[in-house]
Amino acid sequence: MSTVVQARPEGGARRRGRRSRSYGGGVGPLGIGVATLWLSIIVLLPLAAVLAKSLEGGPAGLWDAINAPSARAALILTVAISAVVALINVVVGTLIAWVLVRDEFPGKGFVNALIDLPFALPTIVASIVLLSLYGPNSPIDLDLYATKPAVAIALLFVTLPFVVRSVQPVLMEVDREAEQAAASLGAGNLTIFRRIVLPALVPALLGGAGLAFARAIGEFGSVVLIGGGIPRETEVASQYIAKQIEIDRPESAAAVSVALLVIAFLVLFVLRLAAARTQRHERG
Amino acid sequence: MTSRTSVVLALAAAIVALVVAGCGGSSDEAGGGDSANDDAGTKLSLVAYAVPKVGFDKVIPAFQATPKGRGIGFSQSYGASGDQSRKVEAGLSTDVVNFSVEPDITRLVDAGLVDDDWNAGEHRGIPFGSVVTIVVRRGNPLGIRDWDDLLRDGVEVVTPNPFSSGSAKWNLLAPYADKSEGGRDPQAGLDYLQKLIGEHIRVQPRSGREATETFLQGTGDVLLSYENEAYFIEEQGEEVEHINPAVTFKIENPVAVVNRTKFPDETQAFVDYLYTPEAQRLWAEAGFRPVDATVAAEFRDKFPEPATLWTIADLGGWGRVNDELFDEENGSVAKIYDEATS
Repeated sequence: MSTVVQARPEGGARRRGRRSRSYGGGVGPLGIGVATLWLSIIVLLPLAAVLAKSLEGGPAGLWDAINAPSARAALILTVAISAVVALINVVVGTLIAWVLVRDEFPGKGFVNALIDLPFALPTIVASIVLLSLYGPNSPIDLDLYATKPAVAIALLFVTLPFVVRSVQPVLMEVDREAEQAAASLGAGNLTIFRRIVLPALVPALLGGAGLAFARAIGEFGSVVLIGGGIPRETEVASQYIAKQIEIDRPESAAAVSVALLVIAFLVLFVLRLAAARTQRHERG
Repeated sequence: MTSRTSVVLALAAAIVALVVAGCGGSSDEAGGGDSANDDAGTKLSLVAYAVPKVGFDKVIPAFQATPKGRGIGFSQSYGASGDQSRKVEAGLSTDVVNFSVEPDITRLVDAGLVDDDWNAGEHRGIPFGSVVTIVVRRGNPLGIRDWDDLLRDGVEVVTPNPFSSGSAKWNLLAPYADKSEGGRDPQAGLDYLQKLIGEHIRVQPRSGREATETFLQGTGDVLLSYENEAYFIEEQGEEVEHINPAVTFKIENPVAVVNRTKFPDETQAFVDYLYTPEAQRLWAEAGFRPVDATVAAEFRDKFPEPATLWTIADLGGWGRVNDELFDEENGSVAKIYDEATS
């Protein structure tokens, strides 16, 4: 509570007019108080509880639990597939956003709404759908059940909206006149994209990729059926954690959770720094 | 002045948030208790292992049609036996429990949730059982007949994780009892399990039901399971068949009343009903071996007697088997499984 009280004089109502307050200004001590409390209860408290649980066997126990062969395999698989999925999303997501912003075609509104479907659909439904399409009884005769590509497809499905939705608004704002000027000076399409459009998109791309990655490393529902959960082959970290809980080893589950949290935090943090840097470069 | 009001507001918001959070929690608990106490309807909660749902789906409506069962509602929960037992131990409120293996009930006896004399009755708390069976793809393409066939090169066996599943324990005990001659030569039994677990088991489903689903999705050549589960999936029209090996193991699935039940009479009436010839017949129809001798005789064709049927008593009872084989720290099977899968 004391932080709230102290933060007020500098952060709160120091700016002059009403206008600046509604823009870059603070929301006032009430806002800061609620935000702090909310973050503490909803985010920090559970994270602290997980960390405490994982440390029940001491730091060595935490390390052993993360370093157990099948735990390590699950973590490596999860991070590797999530990275690939994030990269694919960057390319395809940008393309989709581009089509949705720059091209006119019948049914565009429908396609636009379709993008968000993976958000709305319960992920276990996604898994059932994927299983019936790419499972042993596949109508297109493509059995990917319990393979790494199946895990990747499931993750691609649930992470599709992130890059599209973060790139789309930026693409709408991009200065078309600069593109036209470049074209009139003889620049090819590729050059225009690389020199004019891409730099403006980079922060949004990094942000979208980071969210897609973070979502992918924690994903459970969509992978659980189609992935098969074969230890050391297709078992992702969240499945490993669920298994540890069911066999009554909560410390091990908490340890792997902490590893996932640290990875997610580092990746998001680094991407955020990179995005901030490119933004500064561009302005400077 | 504004600054002071803001501080007060911030504090007030914090307090309101805390109070709301606090109230939410306590009212939830109270709400749960109230509705259960309501005289409007008696609702028994059943917590069971993963596969007997098919049986209870027949038995519960039949019980509700009896005078004693009239007006009694049921809520049911099914999952991996060990996991379900630990949930009840941790505070999941329930009236009657049905687990795959006795130690999952013993855990609740130790926790004071089930009375010591739960298995004092004629059938020792076991209203139905089964035998361990081998499920293969239809037509038995690999020609699997007995336990030795599972160790042939390239045969992949699906059986659940013994740390969460009761089914898994029965499945491993069957070949163990065979190879060790009912426990007389433990090393021979462990050697077999070492090969089976180390070289032929790739997946670790959490419950008997999950193992079945994994197998039906196309993983593995052989599924070790309850005979009742084999009957169940065969009746679903799945492309599988089962083989009862000449030497196998008797599965005994206990049921007990939780002593914190708010409806002791109704719960006891339900448990007693499970042993009536009527209910025994329903269990048999659902694929479970009945314990009532007369009903068992009626279903002799459906449940052929194996040449040799080892029982948990032959191995010295669950107390000993659990300590020696399945104890997480020192059990020899637990160690083999841990080494192969960690």
